Amino acid sequence: MESYALLIAATLNAGTVLAIAALGLLINEKAGVVNLGAEGLMLCAAIAGFAAVVHTGNDWLGFAAGMGAGAVLAAIFGVLVIWLNTNQYATGLALSLFGVGFSAFVGIGYVKEILPDRPHFAVPYLADIPLLGAAFFKQHPLVYGAMLLVLSLIWFLFRSRTGLVLRAVGESPASAHALGYPVRRIRLAAVMTGGALCGLAGAYISVIYTPLWVEGMVAGKGWIALALTTFATWRPARVLLGAYLFGGVTMLQFHLQGMGVQVPSQLLSALPYIATIVVLALISRNPTWIRVNMPASLGKPFYPGS
Amino acid sequence: MLKLEMRPQASRLWTYASPVLALVLTVLLGVALFMALDKDPVRGLQMFFWEPIKSGYALGELMVKATPLLIIALGLSVCFRSNVWNIGAEGQFVIGAVCAGGMALLADKDTGRWIVLAVLLAGVLGGMLWAGLTALLRDRFNANEILVSLMLVYVADMVLSYLVYGPWKDPAGFNFPQSKTFEAVTQIPRLMDGSRVSVGLVLGLVGAGLLWVFLFRTRAGFAQQVGGLAPAAARYAGFSSRKALWVALLTSGGAAGLAGALEVAGPIGQLTPYVPAGYGFAAIIVAFVGRLHPAGMVLSAVLMSMFYIGGELAQSRLGLPKSITGVFQGLLLFCLLACDTLVAYRLRWVASKKGGV
Repeated sequence: MESYALLIAATLNAGTVLAIAALGLLINEKAGVVNLGAEGLMLCAAIAGFAAVVHTGNDWLGFAAGMGAGAVLAAIFGVLVIWLNTNQYATGLALSLFGVGFSAFVGIGYVKEILPDRPHFAVPYLADIPLLGAAFFKQHPLVYGAMLLVLSLIWFLFRSRTGLVLRAVGESPASAHALGYPVRRIRLAAVMTGGALCGLAGAYISVIYTPLWVEGMVAGKGWIALALTTFATWRPARVLLGAYLFGGVTMLQFHLQGMGVQVPSQLLSALPYIATIVVLALISRNPTWIRVNMPASLGKPFYPGS
Repeated sequence: MLKLEMRPQASRLWTYASPVLALVLTVLLGVALFMALDKDPVRGLQMFFWEPIKSGYALGELMVKATPLLIIALGLSVCFRSNVWNIGAEGQFVIGAVCAGGMALLADKDTGRWIVLAVLLAGVLGGMLWAGLTALLRDRFNANEILVSLMLVYVADMVLSYLVYGPWKDPAGFNFPQSKTFEAVTQIPRLMDGSRVSVGLVLGLVGAGLLWVFLFRTRAGFAQQVGGLAPAAARYAGFSSRKALWVALLTSGGAAGLAGALEVAGPIGQLTPYVPAGYGFAAIIVAFVGRLHPAGMVLSAVLMSMFYIGGELAQSRLGLPKSITGVFQGLLLFCLLACDTLVAYRLRWVASKKGGV
């Protein structure tokens, strides 16, 4: 039983990375911008966060550095796609390719660095409950932060005026423009917020999840997060559920190996990617459903006055 | 303030000038990077733009690396021209290499030279199979080809890793994760002695010629591209978007698989976990920088090959990490996309007015 509690704990931890990144991408996409650069952006944020912790010893400064790096890269991407009307797919791809190379380049000096003792957290009293405590209440604060983020995002998108404007920009930028909203600046704000959240997820990977720096360590999580927004048909609560589901798939490989199941380790490592493909195919099977839920202007540039 | 104004027609001048300007900007950023790292920028640029062309041998090595980039990019250009976003050429390259490697491992002392053709064919079919998965999921299940093809890159790497750590591991290889060295008979024929340039280069150049004919001189090639430019017009003309999807993915998968076969049966000579060298991703940049035009891609493949060789030289001679190649590749694509704005728009100074957005 103890091992299942630990499996749940590890699932929540792995899911948090995906959830934070995917919620960031959700904000982008609700405003009509799809950022294929998530993977590269998370890698740059991971090395920025890791380096900040190495030099300052403070995890929260690491998260801040990751968010900053994410926001800056997202801003460059945003200016290109929003003001220069470059193709969103190609520009995102450029960001991903650049991020992979750049993070490896600046990270070379940090490959052998080790972070100071990783902190342990426990919610007072609740953590002492047998099984439940180990499963749910000994997590890093950001694990609960991701849950709060979902709640606040639901409120923001569907209950606040600003959220309504953001969705309007994503659904019909021309109408939002006609009403006098600065469509392009709103999109840039959304892109930078999304980038900062992806950055936070990237820093969480290198500072908490697997506290070290290895080239390419994000290992496709940025792409899985992109797929998650489609799985969730652009609803925040479903993003969180999907993230935990994929966290579970990731953790399952270690669990199965621990149980001594005789499967090639490579098959287990490939599971999250295969699962992404399978779920993507199942969810997308109904094109109408996707079309109804997808922000109508997703991926399309908007040029006022044209 | 500066304002973008849409041109009535795409600028022909900037279509060609934009990649050049992008290269100039990338070089300037590179100089800035070298200076920031306290390295002599002139020497840095030498590694990238002079060393790779200064001798016959160096030129040969330049071609060795340009060959897979060109072949993959040729295939990808068919995809991008038909608005099919195959970004998983790296995975198709790996599976092509795996299938070609499997065929090469079947050869023994008595095998004839025909095995080279079988190796190449296995590579092409492997790449087509892997890209066909993406096409099938897109066609039948409407699954986004960007995400599927990319996820399949990770799966392909795992397939390769499984084989070289498992069933195909060389029993006499001191437990290194690698297959046996292929029999000499499987070696892709080289063009001349003293250089590693193989018939792959010829295949690439012939491929570029064939692609030009297909794209610009055949009805099928025209039908293939209309869907990318104007989907509504393609539907009206009765051009099948499903067919375009399959043709695009199978062509690019086959090309990437061929490149994989040429690599493992050529310079590498065995299967190792280091077969994936990022050519599949770099070829995306080659395709865009070459304007998706066969002649342009020949030039940009050579340029991208310079980036690879320059990166290796920067590592051995200047003590810079080899990943500087990836930085420059990414920067080049960024600069190109930004410069491409000038193809469709012109910059104009306008008096700034209140309330502008």
